[in-house]
Amino acid sequence: MNPSLPNSFRSGPDETGHFGIFGGRFVAETLMPLILDLEKAYALAKADPAFQAEMNGYLRDYVGRPSPLYLAERLTEHLGGAKIYLKREELNHTGSHKVNNVLGQIMVARRMGKKRIIAETGAGQHGVATATLCARFGLECLVYMGAVDVARQAPNVFRMEMLGAKVIPVQSGTRTLKDAMNEALRDWVTNVHNTYYCIGTVAGPHPYPAMVRDFQSVIGVETRAQMQEAEGRLPDSLIACIGGGSNAMGLFHPFLDDPGVEIFGVEAAGHGLTQLHAASIAGGRPGVLHGNRTYLLMDDDGQIQDAHSISAGLDYPGIGPEHSWLYEQGRVTYLSATDDEALAAFQLLSRLEGIIPALESAHAIAKVTELAPKRPKDHLMVVNLSGRGDKDIPQVADILRGKKS
Amino acid sequence: MTTRIDVRFAELKKQGRSAFITFLMAGDPDIDTSLAIIKALPKAGADIIEIGMPFTDPMADGPAIQASGLRALKAGMTLKKTLAMVRAFREADAATPIVLMGYYNPIYIYGVDRFLADAKSAGVDGLIVVDLPPEEDSELCLPAMKAGLNFIRLATPTTDDKRLPAVLANTSGFVYYVSITGITGSASAETGAVSEAVARIKRHTRLPVCVGFGIRTPEAARAVAETSDGAVVGTALVDALRGSLDAEGRATAKTVGAVADLVASLAQGVRGAKQAAE
Repeated sequence: MNPSLPNSFRSGPDETGHFGIFGGRFVAETLMPLILDLEKAYALAKADPAFQAEMNGYLRDYVGRPSPLYLAERLTEHLGGAKIYLKREELNHTGSHKVNNVLGQIMVARRMGKKRIIAETGAGQHGVATATLCARFGLECLVYMGAVDVARQAPNVFRMEMLGAKVIPVQSGTRTLKDAMNEALRDWVTNVHNTYYCIGTVAGPHPYPAMVRDFQSVIGVETRAQMQEAEGRLPDSLIACIGGGSNAMGLFHPFLDDPGVEIFGVEAAGHGLTQLHAASIAGGRPGVLHGNRTYLLMDDDGQIQDAHSISAGLDYPGIGPEHSWLYEQGRVTYLSATDDEALAAFQLLSRLEGIIPALESAHAIAKVTELAPKRPKDHLMVVNLSGRGDKDIPQVADILRGKKS
Repeated sequence: MTTRIDVRFAELKKQGRSAFITFLMAGDPDIDTSLAIIKALPKAGADIIEIGMPFTDPMADGPAIQASGLRALKAGMTLKKTLAMVRAFREADAATPIVLMGYYNPIYIYGVDRFLADAKSAGVDGLIVVDLPPEEDSELCLPAMKAGLNFIRLATPTTDDKRLPAVLANTSGFVYYVSITGITGSASAETGAVSEAVARIKRHTRLPVCVGFGIRTPEAARAVAETSDGAVVGTALVDALRGSLDAEGRATAKTVGAVADLVASLAQGVRGAKQAAE
């Protein structure tokens, strides 16, 4: 191994919240005391066996964990190469991996005595998970969602409202996920005394990227044990889609120090990398937004550019800071899939396995169809099926009908 | 190191009055009108001029200043052009302090060292960068001090006595007390709470303490000036500017005057204040 590489890829962030040059705490002074309080509260919770025991109880009985590791026989046969396992996060309560993180954060918020919860959401999966746990624990819930996303993810808006949350369509900027995050930060600055901001991905100011990763790492921890049981060894490769990158980080993190495990993240290439897309690593460079330094899509003046993806959950011009660091370290390989590739994968998995994936997860499946055929039949490949596609049916139906006509 | 900001506060102290500080966005509604407005500010009564560096994602700003930034970006404003604007202002005014205010990313992308050198030579005196708390001082604050620019920090109602020393440690020029928890253009704070907070900050520093957020009228400016070393007004000026634009958001013959008139009446409020108790 390269001698300049760290002893471990799993020890970050440092005590100031940095992964190499990435991460940090780039927030307004009003928020700084809160972020320091949260850091303390989370450190105490993390070290408290009662917290872990309570969380594990809810993960089992409320979320429905562990999620299965399922051998996709027909997809494997169709592609004719690697043996493909699906980590079935779409079977969790609320239909995606998002609930793992929200459960942890809501338990931290309860320990901090916060009664009002705010969240940003893109596809609505994080918003639904937050609304769900706020209902479960009797907390007030406000979800900021870009007006464009409110229109394309109508089923999730209705679900959140059904669960008692207030969904606030954000009209500022590009009216998508980044603007929802701006608006949530503005709410937090204003209602700092009683409000907890439940961030949905491994981004934002420290300690969020590390905390969200820790809560999502249950995905990778289970995968290790399940693969040992199924095949008696570790997988050879892992693949997951990346918007902010929480489902990917959750799967990857427990394997980062296993050099035999190849790891692939898949960004959203939208209309293609030379056109509108949401692939921050492929098409961006390091900058500072939403509390952290990370790869961002921007122009020469440092103005943030519009992202585009068919999938609202990946439609964000940044990526979690730990991913930026893993990219620069060369530990994880970052690929990208276009809208069209994701649509094709969406249909392929539906027909071959009877599983309709979220458009987000379909980006990972799209790259499986390229990578698996080039691998031998004894190669064990795990793809994170981060969410189910029910929410995407109306949008996909419109697109496919439009293509036919 | 003595900057124009230090000189200006020393002069005001001799005159026995507080400062009136204006905020407007560079390039709103277009580059030429924006320069004309800024040139008119000292005569209208601005003691210190804050110029916003437009950014696509201003997380601490309310709708008025968000829209102002977007108008500026649409008009083609960039950080480079903002510095050129300061340079043009300096040709005719060597005394009025200029503070650039904004977010870190455009500066980071411009390059910190190059930005500081260019800002200093353009005639900038201080910086306020909203998303750089003391925890990130090595990014810009310490290099700015070295380059001879004031780094003006925001203190807020959530900055308690335990945290104040850290916030004040590398602050120079003045301290900007944000009188409410919230974004720009929100409700104003109660005068009693503001004077208490200013007194609390003054127990920790000898720097002037100026107050902003929620000041819209000459009366409010006067009340703040009586309990602090300066009143900062932004959103009200940006609103006056927007109100003078045509239906397409373009400047009209009234634009410069609309802002200058409001500045003059707010400045009167500040000048009418009884001297702040020392």
